[in-house]
Amino acid sequence: MKFADLFEEIYSALLSNKARSGLTILGIVIGIGSVIAMIAIGQGSQSSIESSIQSLGSNLLLVTPGVQRGMGVQVSQGRGSSQTLTRDDAEAISSLSSVIAVSPEVSGRYQVTTKGTNTNTTINGVVAVYSTVRNVEVETGNFITDQNVKNMSKVAVIGPSVRDDLFGEDSENANVIGQTIRIKSINFTIVGVTKEKGGSGFNNQDDVIYIPITVSAQYLTGGSYVSTIAVQASNQEAMTTLQAEITNLLLDRHNVATADFSIMNQADIVATASSVTSTFTMLLGSVAGISLVVGGIGIMNMMLTTVTERTREIGLRKAIGAKRKDINLQFLGEAIMLTFTGGVVGIILGCLVSFIAYQFFSLATQVSTFSIILSFGVSGAIGIIFGYYPANRASKLNPIEALRYE
Amino acid sequence: MIECKNIVKTYKNDAEEIVVLKNLTFSIEDGEFIAITGPSGSGKSTLMHILGALDTPTSGEYFLDGKNVTDFSDDELANIRNKKIGFVFQSFNLLARSSVLRNVMLPLIYAETPKNEREKKARESLKNAGLDEKHFNNLSNQLSGGQMQRVAIARALVNNPTLILADEPTGNLDTKTGEIVLKTFETLNREQHHTIILITHEKEVAEHADRIIFIRDGIITDDYKTKK
Repeated sequence: MKFADLFEEIYSALLSNKARSGLTILGIVIGIGSVIAMIAIGQGSQSSIESSIQSLGSNLLLVTPGVQRGMGVQVSQGRGSSQTLTRDDAEAISSLSSVIAVSPEVSGRYQVTTKGTNTNTTINGVVAVYSTVRNVEVETGNFITDQNVKNMSKVAVIGPSVRDDLFGEDSENANVIGQTIRIKSINFTIVGVTKEKGGSGFNNQDDVIYIPITVSAQYLTGGSYVSTIAVQASNQEAMTTLQAEITNLLLDRHNVATADFSIMNQADIVATASSVTSTFTMLLGSVAGISLVVGGIGIMNMMLTTVTERTREIGLRKAIGAKRKDINLQFLGEAIMLTFTGGVVGIILGCLVSFIAYQFFSLATQVSTFSIILSFGVSGAIGIIFGYYPANRASKLNPIEALRYE
Repeated sequence: MIECKNIVKTYKNDAEEIVVLKNLTFSIEDGEFIAITGPSGSGKSTLMHILGALDTPTSGEYFLDGKNVTDFSDDELANIRNKKIGFVFQSFNLLARSSVLRNVMLPLIYAETPKNEREKKARESLKNAGLDEKHFNNLSNQLSGGQMQRVAIARALVNNPTLILADEPTGNLDTKTGEIVLKTFETLNREQHHTIILITHEKEVAEHADRIIFIRDGIITDDYKTKK
């Protein structure tokens, strides 16, 4: 049998049973598509969380008031938590060796208004060094300066999300500078807009307003209490020692036996977050794995029934002169054609779903070659093995037995 | 020409050994129209499978066109079936959802006949089998039983085989259509000198042939020419 004839035979055999071929392809498409999409979403969120943690700054120790039970993200910062840390503590920490910078921060959520619009956002009282410690870059204008802090200037640096919320999506940075916003009936002049950092929902680092910490203490929070002291160490190695030093210093200063504060190491945060996200990826991966198995069983079932149904056809083909090789090649070809078509469509569908998840649900997605190879390989192998194996068995049958097969 | 010498066929069934064909010897000349008949269980189907190169005898020799087919490999047997034998089955065994022409061209694909000759041969063969040209492009499952059997006959004829083997070709047809199909065989034999072996258990069907071999319990009990 010539190759062109074989190809035509395969083609017409698949076309003459459109429903069966279509359903087999559908099984493969869903199996492959779901694996690719799931893994894309899982890996995408993992890397987006990791990068947003990295963007908080490097070699950071975060000192927070109160004792934290376990690791977690602070949802309500400042308010409601104990007020055991002060700016004086921050001052004391900065005298320790291997400390590059200390950034005391106080934050809270307030209603912010401007002409006609208002928004509820996080107000961070900060010092000048905040921008370097926390990795905040200013797109237009300036960040809060030491001068601002000292003079208690009522100036504000806003995040791009706040800018959009207050001045509209199409507002220009240049026009925003110099405008006035009102926080708790106090007028602030905008002096800068930060660069977009990304993140979404609870984790939106662009939905924030920075004001001098002195102003915040005076008019918003009251007192010299701070909600976080971010300490930047000179290097990674010094962090553990520094953590111990800060603990001793603060215990001494607060004159207490057990800590009324807690210190988080950025490395710990990264580790915690990655363990969370890898669990998440594993969860999605296992869901995808299950759909791959279900898809695989579908393919298996379809191929087995197809060949069993066509045993008589195999008998006839043998009776009129088909050799075993001809039968094997035809069924192998059909299986390859089905899995290949389904595989390609499945990969396209998987990428499309990932793209839609990214575009419309702002889920970070990352299509990986690994998931494509894995899913394509698994369903391809299942399709080919279960298309070929029964056909190979049928091709060995005596044509008479195959013809009589019910 | 077909020559069978001391053909024996046994089947092993668990511990028991069943002898289906017991030492058959006979020959069939080119251009004969012959019926092999006998009650069910007589061994006529087993004999047909051996004559059709679908199965090999346990012992004895089978010569087809002077070649000893007995010890051919699977692939060689497939080749013999393709080139020298045309099958017509009781249940037609056409490829469903494929056109009449495709069905008839199928043996030519395995024979590696050049593509441009296939359709011409298939059309010719269908005409010889007496199928109306307007059905050539129909799907095989849109035809009536009689028409399907004609397509099957055309498929058997398309490679111009030495031998046409028809296994109960009228079994699934009503008497009138069966008669037409048998007439087709007669015409093919008279006018185109095809050798035809008809396997049937019906005496009336067998009587369309020129010669009848009667088998009972694996032995030829009668072998005679009909009066025609």
